[in-house]
Amino acid sequence: MDTSRLRELAISDAGFVFDPTTGHTFNVNATALLLLRALKENAGSGRMLTDLAEAFEVDHEHDLARDIEEFLSQLREHGLIR
Amino acid sequence: MNGGLSGTIAVTGVNATDNPAPGVPVARSLRDAPGFCGRIIGLGYDPLDSGFYASGLLDGGAILPYPSVGRDALRHALLSIRDQFGINALLPNLDSELRAVITMADELREAGIGTCLPDLNALERVSKAQLPRLSAAAGLRVPESEALTTPDGLPKFIKRVGLPVVVKGPYYGAYVAHSEADAIAAFRNFESTWGLPVIVQAFASGDEYNVCAVGDGRGNTIGAVAMRKLLLTDKGKGWAGVTVVNPRLLSMTEALIGELRWRGPLEVEAILSSHDDVQVIEINPRFPAWAYLTAAAGQNLPLVCAQMALGEPAPSRLPAYAAGRMFVRISLDQISDLSTFAALSATGRLIGPTGDIS
Repeated sequence: MDTSRLRELAISDAGFVFDPTTGHTFNVNATALLLLRALKENAGSGRMLTDLAEAFEVDHEHDLARDIEEFLSQLREHGLIR
Repeated sequence: MNGGLSGTIAVTGVNATDNPAPGVPVARSLRDAPGFCGRIIGLGYDPLDSGFYASGLLDGGAILPYPSVGRDALRHALLSIRDQFGINALLPNLDSELRAVITMADELREAGIGTCLPDLNALERVSKAQLPRLSAAAGLRVPESEALTTPDGLPKFIKRVGLPVVVKGPYYGAYVAHSEADAIAAFRNFESTWGLPVIVQAFASGDEYNVCAVGDGRGNTIGAVAMRKLLLTDKGKGWAGVTVVNPRLLSMTEALIGELRWRGPLEVEAILSSHDDVQVIEINPRFPAWAYLTAAAGQNLPLVCAQMALGEPAPSRLPAYAAGRMFVRISLDQISDLSTFAALSATGRLIGPTGDIS
């Protein structure tokens, strides 16, 4: 996965995201914020799964994996990962 | 950057309505440059130009004859202003002034007034009518466009590219027409206001970005700042924007400056589609009204032009600027007593700093 565009994003603690290449801004919720930060650190899906499960005390790993995949496809649509 | 600039710099275009001219932000960029110790003389066309009333902005002001009065009247006025205020440099900021000032640049230099402007050939090449030809030479994409001298060509153009189309005056203004009748009305309006030719352009959809840059006249870019418009007025003017560092926009601007060997400021207006496709829609041969954002982001482009106009050493390349710097305009009432208005109305001159109501 190419995350070079995503690593350029400026992300605030409140979940405000600024793309310095396009000027687009986004507001993301707490789960998306956690995933974006993990992706910026080149985390794989295993670590994202663990981080999410720990942070939000969720043990339905199957649902979490599906949610992560859905989020990644949204990032692809926005051209932030390839 | 060398901010310790001295000298007296005249800045034109100090009106700042909801369609602001660049004079106020250019003057503000100079005034805010660290160590700036020069004087700034604002030049306008009406005693009520709002920059004349901006507290602490100007060290004096003067009214110019309208460009339509002719080149001799402008030269006479500039020499008179030089005698009164001792100006060493002139930064013209309005499209309608550029041709006249460029043609008299040598005379002005001999009279001790430096400028920082392109040559006439480069100015002509960036005109709206010549944009398709220039873009082909510089390897850039532009929406299909035609320069028309009668509205008779509009139906054929619209049939070819579809609606909407953008109708533009030769100097100012752009109108998005959603019907043939709308386009013809816009043509007549621009013809009567600004003259011919009127330019009609295919509508390019996407986000609008602007790049403000300064060239050294030898094909090199000294500085360039890109900005995405966040909010538009009903006239389509940017009311808020944010700096971006977009390599495609910046390299496109550098290619243009290289092709033109541009000297001085310019603004490139471009549309970036959702597929990352860049199309140039217009080039303005002057600073934009958001020029102060360049200084705020770390590249004080008006200061560079002032240095070049004064014959002072200017940087060959400015350092990188910051993405994420924003501007948001505000309308506010400036308070003044009658003395500023009275002086400008009666004598065409404002002696002393603006905003002094003591």
